[in-house]
Amino acid sequence: MKIVVAVKQVPDTATQVKISGSDPKAIDTAGITWIVSPYDEFAVEEALRIKEKRGQGEVVAVSLGPDRVKEALRSALAMGCDRAIHVNDPALANADTLLTAQALAAVIKQEQPALVICGRQAIDDDMGAVAAQVAEILGWPAASWIMEEAVDAEAKTIRIGRQVEGGLEVFDLPLPAVVSAQKGLNEPRYPTLKGIMGAKKKEIKDVKAAELGVTGTPQLAVKNLEALPPRPPGRVIPGEVKDAVKELVRALREEAKAI
Amino acid sequence: MANAFWCLVEDDRKGSPKKVMAEVLGEAARLSGGNVEAVWLTDKVSDDGIKQLGGWGASKVWVLENAAFSPYRGEVWAPVLAELATQQSPKAIVAPVTSKMRELAARLAARLGVGLAADCVGMAMDGDQLVATRPVYAGKLLAKMTWAKTPWIATLRPNVFKPADAQAGKSAAVEKPTVTIPPATMKLVERREETSTGLPELTEAEIVISGGRGMKGPENYVILEDMGKVIGAAVGASRAAVDAGWRPHRFQIGQTGRTISPKLYLGFGVSGAIQHLAGMRTSKVIVAVNKDPDAPIFKIADYGIVADLFEVVPALTDEFKKLLEK
Repeated sequence: MKIVVAVKQVPDTATQVKISGSDPKAIDTAGITWIVSPYDEFAVEEALRIKEKRGQGEVVAVSLGPDRVKEALRSALAMGCDRAIHVNDPALANADTLLTAQALAAVIKQEQPALVICGRQAIDDDMGAVAAQVAEILGWPAASWIMEEAVDAEAKTIRIGRQVEGGLEVFDLPLPAVVSAQKGLNEPRYPTLKGIMGAKKKEIKDVKAAELGVTGTPQLAVKNLEALPPRPPGRVIPGEVKDAVKELVRALREEAKAI
Repeated sequence: MANAFWCLVEDDRKGSPKKVMAEVLGEAARLSGGNVEAVWLTDKVSDDGIKQLGGWGASKVWVLENAAFSPYRGEVWAPVLAELATQQSPKAIVAPVTSKMRELAARLAARLGVGLAADCVGMAMDGDQLVATRPVYAGKLLAKMTWAKTPWIATLRPNVFKPADAQAGKSAAVEKPTVTIPPATMKLVERREETSTGLPELTEAEIVISGGRGMKGPENYVILEDMGKVIGAAVGASRAAVDAGWRPHRFQIGQTGRTISPKLYLGFGVSGAIQHLAGMRTSKVIVAVNKDPDAPIFKIADYGIVADLFEVVPALTDEFKKLLEK
């Protein structure tokens, strides 16, 4: 069974993100530590577990972005993916989710996997759309925010539990299908030293938009980025707990009108 | 009507639109000058539900009532909506942020070949162009977005937009279009309801209480739930508490959990790691209780108390009780 995992490289969660001084549409990338988007790690982990459970198969990691993205693909390879494909093309520098999905769908069409796993959303643009859009382009069923999965013995269907408000919906999807991983699906492994060494010898293939037949333009664009409006200064309520609590409740009712 | 703003209806699966639709319809009316229509795919509508949508400002409700629309499956809903949109040429298609609508909007945008702005917190017309404001990097920055062509598709974050005032006399025209419903390949096996805490859902709640590492263990969240019952609040947790296994992930607030904008946020034993602040800093009023006066959460809190949460929480619950019993 072949599985394609889509990964995105994003700034680490601890990064204090700042707007670039020269381009109001972009962030200042100086000094940023880049990581594999956390939800995509769940996706990689789940793909590897499916392969290990079946005792055979291939896991292919795919990413779109500039040269630095190779690092993220190396991390996926170090975790255990078999090979990687890097859609590396300046023509896609401002790709929105749809153009990204078109490029990924083109790669997936060439690879013909039984299953595609994405993270629920990348933690940079937080759009959470690519998995569903890949499915729509391919005409495949999709399930978002999965918390559990099981592929049947013949690799014909996948049973997933997807998180919805107030519970979990369990569905059977015929393969091929696209799913997106929610936190809680698994605990991603750390790459072993052997994995890291081995990753250096694994293939990362570069592809261009034209080779994939992707000629579209972005349908959504960033006009500009803005810092958050500053919050008004707050105050610490002093005194004994019993008095402080009384004052807090008074303030919440009378000043803030929040309760 | 061509050029209408369409609002996709999220319902309670029993025939009533959810309250968040007042926000979506209210915002759509403001942007379009009142040219607003609701589109309702469901297996069950009710006359009261249609009246409610009319009262919130929908001049027309497109009713697509069919057993095939339950449970929600993107592979069924997206083609139906795309077909209707292609016939009717709405200017925009907006929906509230829910797990279903986030996926549906993405599929629909792909099918129509147009842009999607998810989880918007602001919308404005700039001439004849819609500009959406949405948090990026989990709310560390805001991005203004524009579309290359219509229909503009967007999902709106709950609790941010001003809800339409319900107008009792106003009613909506009902239209039941004929559409092709594609077969479903996904089969529902079961629905596992969470054991209800009796408290509101995290992303919909007007008041959210959050417990961090200072809660010391899973057994102590009961004191937050007690407070939640008194003031009608949802109870969430920080990543530290979730990663420690004290609370299920669905309660996590922050960059790898839920992003919330309640009217009131109360954090207990939450230090305020940057990824947590990202998920709650758009709350209207922020209260922080922490033993550590240097905890970063105090920098964004409107009200802070530097004390042991295990003393503050029961006392505060009592005060809330007294206030609300008046």
